[in-house]
Amino acid sequence: MSGGLDIAAERARHPEAFRGKGWLGWLLFAGVFGYLFYLMWLFDFGRVFTSLANVWVIVGLMLDWSGIADWDHAELWRSMLETVAMAYLGTMLAVVLAVPLGFLGASNVIPQRVFRFFTRRLFDGLRGLDQLIWALVFVRAMGLGPIAGILAIAVVETGVLAKLFAEAVENIDRGQVEGITAVGAGLAGRLRFAMLPQVLPVMISQALYSIESNAREATILGLVGAGGIGLRLSERIQINAWDQVAYVIVLILISVALIDTTSRYLRLRLIGAVN
Amino acid sequence: MTAASPTDDPSWRLFQQRFGALRRARQIETGLTVAAVVVLFVFASIWTDFSPEKILRGAPRIGEYFGKLLSIEPKGVAAPIPVLALPHLFGGVKEPQSLAYWFYRFNVYAALLWQTIEMAILATALGSGAAFALSFPATGRFVGNRAVVFVTRRLLELMRTIPQVVLAFILVWPFGIGPLAGIVAIAVHSTGALGKLFCELNENADTRPVEGIRSVGGSWLAQMRYGVVPQVTPGFLSYALLRFEVNVRSSTIIGFVGAGGIGQELKRVIGFNIYEEVSAICILILLIVVVIDLLSERIRHHFIGALA
Repeated sequence: MSGGLDIAAERARHPEAFRGKGWLGWLLFAGVFGYLFYLMWLFDFGRVFTSLANVWVIVGLMLDWSGIADWDHAELWRSMLETVAMAYLGTMLAVVLAVPLGFLGASNVIPQRVFRFFTRRLFDGLRGLDQLIWALVFVRAMGLGPIAGILAIAVVETGVLAKLFAEAVENIDRGQVEGITAVGAGLAGRLRFAMLPQVLPVMISQALYSIESNAREATILGLVGAGGIGLRLSERIQINAWDQVAYVIVLILISVALIDTTSRYLRLRLIGAVN
Repeated sequence: MTAASPTDDPSWRLFQQRFGALRRARQIETGLTVAAVVVLFVFASIWTDFSPEKILRGAPRIGEYFGKLLSIEPKGVAAPIPVLALPHLFGGVKEPQSLAYWFYRFNVYAALLWQTIEMAILATALGSGAAFALSFPATGRFVGNRAVVFVTRRLLELMRTIPQVVLAFILVWPFGIGPLAGIVAIAVHSTGALGKLFCELNENADTRPVEGIRSVGGSWLAQMRYGVVPQVTPGFLSYALLRFEVNVRSSTIIGFVGAGGIGQELKRVIGFNIYEEVSAICILILLIVVVIDLLSERIRHHFIGALA
């Protein structure tokens, strides 16, 4: 007697287990793939493969670091530090603005529905446009340099943090607020002794995380002239100095990894201290 | 003999002493932290040549610029007027201060916005496809060979850590100016980001179906196809849709380095100081991002919830 299964018999016994997708499923499948192939044709995707030789030429040039002694290391390192400083300043300005805005946008501080609607839309509007767009606009308004980048980071991050802070304030334990109110505290007392202690750890942790993510974002702000390492990178791409481009990218990756590690350590320490 | 006051109790005094010490330690720590934050702020300000005074001096210029964004100077009008006015709001293309006048190049913007969305669709599809394929060799539980896991993971990490705008800028050289460089850059970044998330889903998948298929002699591919894929598909789709939202945002700016989409047009009008078009395009980008977010959230809740 053979140990194998008789597939045909099983199929007859349990038709639902062997049922295929059905024609509607196949049609959907074909439609999706047809559309994707249409898009590939539309964007001339075949050029990726015909240009692959050029890509390898660039990669080859990127890996040749024989001229490393002649590169302007001082300028690159200064710009890298400038990028980190931009991220820090931008985030700090955003924190200063977002703390009051976060309280104003929380429904348990100001219960008026209309007011809350407008503050929330303001946060959405600040957040909705990318930092690079804000940076481009600020470069036109303020001129080239890190200040445009700092302002772009500050504007977008204000929107992001204000929303998060408002949510944090809304999620606090009401008991402490009621307790403080019961002993006769006004709005200022409630904010300082009932709300702030509950949300402060969240705020600090979020601010640290923002510095981290903005340091990553700030590396590209220079591509539109808003200072930092991106500016150096953009210059080197434009003159096709591929070896230095690779060096700058490595520099960015290392710095971002360093900031990530430091920030994670600080956040963990902070959460540990709170609990 | 008078009744003992609670403050005379030695344990009370000990409490006071310990509490005071703890409190002082906390105050010193807080003070040091605040000082460190302030010192860093001052140092960073000097390094970037930043000062509040500079911001205050620049503030009127920023206000002026944003004012210009929302005003027009039609022929025959001496001073700039607001871009919209209620009596003219629904006037024709030739009537200043109407919506139609403001968005007179709407057909151009619409075509570019559609191109931007198509770029995001293709990049998300390519990225999720590649991430899907790479997530299985990157999952330690499914692969015996440590080296394969290590190499795939480092590859995914590299793909997601190189900023995509930088990658697009570099790819413009071999691929030429246009959407293709942007699509590839976004697809590469999506592969790295989604690969990590897919990998985490794989790690959390139930291994019993895989063992079942191995026990009846299924190959590694069959184990993955019939043991893992049905479990993780809803999660994959949900992450891919979330990524699509992010990619729509990215493809609006990737054009700043010449990689196609509405960003290229936005950079042009900002460069040529065509103020009212800058605000028009920004408003459209904001609208499209909000609409895509809402749509994608709906799809995620309805369809993927049903699949899971």
